[in-house]
Amino acid sequence: MCGSDRGDRLVFLEKEMSTSPDGEAIIQFQDVTKIYPLPGGDVVALDHVSLDIFYGDFIAIMGPSGSGKSTLLNLMGCLDTPTSGRLFIKGRDVSSMSDEELTGLRRDHIGFIFQQFNLIPLLSALENVQYPLILKTGERTCTARCVEVLKSMDLEEPLYSHKPSELSGGQQQRVAIARSLVNDPEILLADEPTGNLDTKTGSSIMALLKDLNEQEKKTIIMVTHDPNVARFAHRTIRIVDGKII
Amino acid sequence: MIFLDLALKNLKVHWLRSFLAILGIIIGVLAIASMGILGHSISLLVANVISDVGDTVIVTPHVAAGGGFVGDPRVMVNARIPESDLDVIRKAAGQNRVIPILQRAEEVTFGDDSGYVTILGLPADEITFLLKIEDGQPLRENAPGCLVGHLLAREFRLNAGSRVSFGNQSIRISGVMEERGLAADINPDYAIVVTDRVFLDMFVQEKEYNQVIVKISDISQIDQVKEGIDRQLNRKETMVDITDSRDLLRQYDEIYDQIMTFLLGIGAISLVVAAVSILNVMIISVTERIHEVGILRSIGASRREILWMFLIEAITLGIIGSGIGGVLSIVGGYFISQVAIGVMTAGTTFGENASVFGPGSMIFIVGGILFGVIVSMLSGLYPAWQASRMTPIEALRHE
Repeated sequence: MCGSDRGDRLVFLEKEMSTSPDGEAIIQFQDVTKIYPLPGGDVVALDHVSLDIFYGDFIAIMGPSGSGKSTLLNLMGCLDTPTSGRLFIKGRDVSSMSDEELTGLRRDHIGFIFQQFNLIPLLSALENVQYPLILKTGERTCTARCVEVLKSMDLEEPLYSHKPSELSGGQQQRVAIARSLVNDPEILLADEPTGNLDTKTGSSIMALLKDLNEQEKKTIIMVTHDPNVARFAHRTIRIVDGKII
Repeated sequence: MIFLDLALKNLKVHWLRSFLAILGIIIGVLAIASMGILGHSISLLVANVISDVGDTVIVTPHVAAGGGFVGDPRVMVNARIPESDLDVIRKAAGQNRVIPILQRAEEVTFGDDSGYVTILGLPADEITFLLKIEDGQPLRENAPGCLVGHLLAREFRLNAGSRVSFGNQSIRISGVMEERGLAADINPDYAIVVTDRVFLDMFVQEKEYNQVIVKISDISQIDQVKEGIDRQLNRKETMVDITDSRDLLRQYDEIYDQIMTFLLGIGAISLVVAAVSILNVMIISVTERIHEVGILRSIGASRREILWMFLIEAITLGIIGSGIGGVLSIVGGYFISQVAIGVMTAGTTFGENASVFGPGSMIFIVGGILFGVIVSMLSGLYPAWQASRMTPIEALRHE
């Protein structure tokens, strides 16, 4: 890695995060409820959910559409905050954190992998991977780290300068995974990572995630419909109507 | 900086939209800077030809007092201030210098050329006091001779020692006067000046004056003197009009301010139109990239960074547009000034050598550029703020 953490605003996060409430849980839901107020009446997306996820876990979340599995993932990723209950990420209560602190947490400790890949269309593969690193270090020079991560995703160098539209779905997802890994986060959150890929490409992506979990000890939480994909995980959480069953 | 990079890429991808927004800014800056330069040039031109300071009271006959129909031009010519009124003015003026002026237009022959020229008759010592000679000798009390104005001398190639004829007499030019410019009292640049004695001999007329000038030595007395004359002469009916050179300066300032406000207003309107077009471009840009904002937020871009990303786009448009507009307005301002002043001074030698594009004009160019950049930034601010305010999940869900 080159460059140092930009500013001091994240240093305190590192300190406080070394102590988690029960030592092992990296993510802890305590009686979490999430309600979306809609004009037609409130929608309860999560209903008093309690859940512990430990360091090094590989978890699949399954459930029918609208069951609240994406909400669960979004809360873990600090993209959203609970309506009630407490959510600890690396030992810190998310509801007590400012928007800026949550942003820092996402940037340095959480990697996102989306079904739609969600690469920035105007940037090349390499620039897409570079982006989170630049957000963290404020420097543009760190290409070595990005190339290293892209290489570990089995992507060939000539592709690095391609725009996302010039890559296949599998290649785009590999770039997206490289982007999620570039800041070396402990947690990877994947929302239907194989949902837009054919079976063969899907299983190679899953092999890659399994490898990251086993070799790099990444904690992976993955939302999926597909039982074949869920088999890669250590355990599967089923959720129906906002409740874990 | 990756935000700048991304902003530039985005502007490039939507080049037509960016180009139109930039064009709007160019026109806006060009308009406001050129209008400013034009106003400044007009001011320079007028300042060049106005030579006054606020120390002169001018008494002229009230036109209606001459008798007859006011609209009849002969009334104007016939209205004069009689000798008795001059004495009253002298009394009211106290220690201040009172200069009675005789004036008429006569056909004058300069060698082969001839034309109607204003002839001014003043007491000899006042001529020395009021007018400076650039070539030749001042007029002496009893010697016949005349002075010619700077512009008249130049136009007909006259110099000290030449002769001119008017009033059936040939008179030697004893000197050429310095250019005096536009003044509230007398404008001798195009005139011939003789002593009052010569004037009265030549044109056999009563000692009645076309105007009387009072030079005030202590400016604070100016209103007092004016009131004194007014009280004495205009007691029963208005016989004379009394103005002072401050009025001329004040009028000029007022007119200049109005011209300036008007011109800058025109420029400002074009800049407002440009601002609306940038606002429009930025709102479109933000709306179609809300999902992208969600992605950036999820990979760790802060609100401030999102705000800057869009603001940089708007500022980039502003800087490019204002820069080009600024450069063009140097050219545009120069030409518009040349044309406008050409029209205003057509057929005269008035302000011929006036420098109409002074360094003061740069203020309007720099001001126009700054204004353009600020306006662009302000119109980018609202959409950028809106983009940064969204929660990551709201933005991500937006397709």
